[in-house]
Amino acid sequence: MVLKYVMAASGAAMLLYLVLHMIGNLKIFFGADALDSYSAWLRTLLEPAVPYAGVLWVIRVILTVALVAHVASAIVLARRARAARPVRYVHRQPVQGSYAARTMRWGGVIILLFVIYHVLDLTTGTLNPNGVHGEVHSNVVADFDPSRWYVTLFYTLAVLTVGFHVRHGLWSGLQTFGRSNALVQRSLKTFAFVFAAVLVVGFLSVPFAATFGLV
Amino acid sequence: MKLHLKVWRQRDADDRGHMATYDVDDASPDMSFLELLDVLNEKLTVEGEEPVAFDHDCREGICGACSMVIDGQPHGPEKATTTCQLHMRHFSDGDTITVEPFRAGAFPVVKDLVVDRGAFDRIIAAGGYVSAPTGSAPDAHAVPVPKDQADRAFTAAACIGCGACVAACPNGSGSLFLGAKITHLGEMPQGQPERNSRVLAMVDEHDAAGFGGCTNTGECAVACPKEIPLDVISQLNRDYLAARRARRRSA
Amino acid sequence: MTTYSDFTVGDPAADRAAPDGPIETRWERRRFGVKLVNPANKRKMHVIVVGTGLAGGSASATLAELGYRVSSFCYQDSPRRAHSIAAQGGINAAKNYRNDGDSVYRLFYDTVKGGDFRARESNVHRLAEISRQIIDQCVAQGVPFAREYGGLLDNRSFGGAQVSRTFYARGQTGQQLLLGAYQALERQVDAGGVTMYPRHEMLELIVVDGHARGIVARDLVTGETRSHLADAVVLASGGYGNVFFLSTNAKGCNVTASWRAHRKGALFANPCFTQIHPTCIPVSGDHQSKLTLMSESLRNDGRVWVPARKGDDRDPNLIPEAERDYFLERQYPAFGNLVPRDIASRAAKNVCDEGRGVGPGGLGVFLDFAEVIGRLGRPAVEAKYGNLFQMYQRITGEDPYQVPMRIYPAVHYTMGGLWVDYDLQSTIPGLFVVGEANFSDHGANRLGASALMQGLADGYFVLPSTIGDYLATSGHDPVDPDHPAVLAAEQDVAHRIDTLLSIKGTRTVDSFHRELGHLMWEHCGMERTEAGLRKALDRIPELRKEFWENVLVPGTGVELNQSLERAGRVGDFFELAELMCLDALHRNESCGGHFRAESQTPDGEAARDDENFSYAAAWEFTGRGEAPVLHKEDLAFEYVAPTQRSYK
Repeated sequence: MVLKYVMAASGAAMLLYLVLHMIGNLKIFFGADALDSYSAWLRTLLEPAVPYAGVLWVIRVILTVALVAHVASAIVLARRARAARPVRYVHRQPVQGSYAARTMRWGGVIILLFVIYHVLDLTTGTLNPNGVHGEVHSNVVADFDPSRWYVTLFYTLAVLTVGFHVRHGLWSGLQTFGRSNALVQRSLKTFAFVFAAVLVVGFLSVPFAATFGLV
Repeated sequence: MKLHLKVWRQRDADDRGHMATYDVDDASPDMSFLELLDVLNEKLTVEGEEPVAFDHDCREGICGACSMVIDGQPHGPEKATTTCQLHMRHFSDGDTITVEPFRAGAFPVVKDLVVDRGAFDRIIAAGGYVSAPTGSAPDAHAVPVPKDQADRAFTAAACIGCGACVAACPNGSGSLFLGAKITHLGEMPQGQPERNSRVLAMVDEHDAAGFGGCTNTGECAVACPKEIPLDVISQLNRDYLAARRARRRSA
Repeated sequence: MTTYSDFTVGDPAADRAAPDGPIETRWERRRFGVKLVNPANKRKMHVIVVGTGLAGGSASATLAELGYRVSSFCYQDSPRRAHSIAAQGGINAAKNYRNDGDSVYRLFYDTVKGGDFRARESNVHRLAEISRQIIDQCVAQGVPFAREYGGLLDNRSFGGAQVSRTFYARGQTGQQLLLGAYQALERQVDAGGVTMYPRHEMLELIVVDGHARGIVARDLVTGETRSHLADAVVLASGGYGNVFFLSTNAKGCNVTASWRAHRKGALFANPCFTQIHPTCIPVSGDHQSKLTLMSESLRNDGRVWVPARKGDDRDPNLIPEAERDYFLERQYPAFGNLVPRDIASRAAKNVCDEGRGVGPGGLGVFLDFAEVIGRLGRPAVEAKYGNLFQMYQRITGEDPYQVPMRIYPAVHYTMGGLWVDYDLQSTIPGLFVVGEANFSDHGANRLGASALMQGLADGYFVLPSTIGDYLATSGHDPVDPDHPAVLAAEQDVAHRIDTLLSIKGTRTVDSFHRELGHLMWEHCGMERTEAGLRKALDRIPELRKEFWENVLVPGTGVELNQSLERAGRVGDFFELAELMCLDALHRNESCGGHFRAESQTPDGEAARDDENFSYAAAWEFTGRGEAPVLHKEDLAFEYVAPTQRSYK
């Protein structure tokens, strides 16, 4: 039972980060300088009270802890679920809840793989065709070059998966923290849907803009 | 009506079990699903085969004994209907219908379609009550209960303890059952003194019994023949969190 | 050789526990008179309770709260599934919260009169007194009764009562009260006071030196039979309506526990007093396995009718008013559709017998809501009866908002049962009987919302007080598990199971049960005649003989075997059926649910014969098919003078 709260709290932390991340990404529409200087600002944030990139590292540590907690509790819950039904149904109709609810676990795995790739791509630059530290804008534009359509496609799929994951996860988290009752359940579901949709649109606007040469 | 039935047969708890196929040629649309099984069992008995064991008792949708998964859905395809009130007019001539027991580690199969749901009794025993020894009660009107609270308590208390929620849950969780009792007693003033200890004890027992964790898929509320709303799980979560906080404070 | 119907009359049955004096203080004085058990000794005393319905569940919980060691048995997989759960309407209590003139005395008066003067005044008065405590107790347990906006308990009038004294929880009062008792029981299971034996069936009573000292029970999962020994045994095993095969009882309800006790010497009283409920969903075909009750409250607004002309099978909506016969309103202008259950049932049967019944087989009458829908509008009707209409539609596939419902009477409750004294003790010392299983409080007819009241009164309040008197004075040594009486009981059970399994005949248990039920419904149902009862008394032994020679029970005795369970129960129903017919034959009067065609007023109403039959008939078993001995307990009415009921 406690794991549910771990799941919800860690999910909430990562969700908050996603929102900030998306807002940051949108700087690209204000030009290359806006994005690059935003990136530099993140590193110098609160200097000299904290060392260079200090805040960033704090965020990274928190995110890593949240991710580990989230995945670990997901694994434990999944194992418990398997143990709770040792013999499977011969015939069981698909779950009647939402598609999002059904794909939380595999969706989570896809997202995890994507995050690893994404870090190697745009954080360390290892897998980026440009890969120059600090040249965020150039890295992004190079990444989503029309010739590399498969990268854009992969990002699209991954972001859609995130959308589904967030839609059920947000609703589920609100249930877990007991902020739901019959009256507001419908509006909470709508809220979670809209929230997820905004994230998807926000995140996808950048690679598409790059692919179609709008930025 | 002619129907083909694929029924789970399992001699006892240790048997691996298998699906067996039977035909019933003389079903009537006015029969309940259990009466269809009655007809099948009469046929099997006369033919020298073992009839199919299944749980049933009141046959009017309130005792919660009937417990099978029909065509992949606990209590079959009709909404808000137990197996005993599911009538064959909802099926078509020539249909093939699969019938399985409720499947959950906490509900081991006893025989064929009969499962052991004793874990539910143990969850109630752990705390699903108000301690009110006989004779200790004040006058019934001593404590007024606001109507909306009494109504919500009733809605949750309508649970028949059949276990369809567990059977439907992809995680095999009993949270809807648990939440229903927490909500029922939590809404009543009489349930307040034990509110914290109740939820902690019942959740512990639920987890120890081998039920899975809730991931809010909502499948349970769809399968529930008494339409217990999903928000009872939210209530359960809220009460559990509050109870843990209270325990930490008093520790 | 004497035949079964040549019964003999033995000594009168005497209720030695009954106190006398003013009726208002009898229970108080009896409670003061009982010997108390020292708390330290209670822990050493062991009580077996069979059944976990309202009576058994509440008794088990309360006895354990008092400190006794309790073993509780039920055939269901959980004590929460006992058939009390299906009671819909409500529970009476003389709270007079409405200030409408209700009182303990009025509830007492109504119940004695409603029972058609065939119940004990002392018992009924005690029931009315305790009714108030029951509501307090259930509210304290958190039972979610219906409430008004002010937060106070709501009441309704029920079953033709002139005061509003019925407390309810929507249409599921029995469920909510049972869950209250069940939760109290589980609390004691957790505390170690009660050992629960679900999926266990009592198959024999163990009597040692004249005292009830235990039971032999079969574990329905493993098939193991074994003895459970104790200082006293409480039967709370419900009624025997399933002798009719079709009834509103749960499929598993049976008479075996009571009947085994009867065979061991407990008298069985008034077996022919059965209640036929008028508003059930009619039979739809030969596959029918049970009947479903529709709440009596439907008669508050529905109008009962049949076509005036025989064989009129037009769509009911096309039959003009002039060609309809609203027979209850016509025959009983004062009460109309709200006449008591027995009267409404018989009137429906009569019009069907005339060939004017509707639906499959002509066994049904219309219950029409068109008038009230027209008057109040559909939403108002939906708010009142929505769940019942839904249930009806689910079962019949017809929409009662469009087409009149069809209803027909069905067996619902049995007023008869094991004879008990004021302490609820049977004629076997140490054997107590509570709830529907005993015969005590409803006389020849039970009023609506009284069954729940009696079950809980017995279990929460009466038995826990009176059983102490027996336990305090009997002073038993533990029974040796190898005592000859114990071994004999075990052997009897084993022999019976072996016999059933070894017959390997050609007819299934259900086919016998159906035939027996049909016979009982025909001849010992709503209307009984001497000729019909004699016919049944001839046929039952033949059928029973065939059963014991030709029944087919598949499987073995060492596994879950539902056919074997049913076979044992049907075997006992055969013996009970014979006694019911004999009781009905000997009671040559009409009273309450027992209508003898030979005893009616000129206008066709039940005619009671107080001069000859103002007694409870308690029967003693002498052997299967052997003429039993009748012990009469004369009923004295000091407070409520017997009158003929009239609802014209």
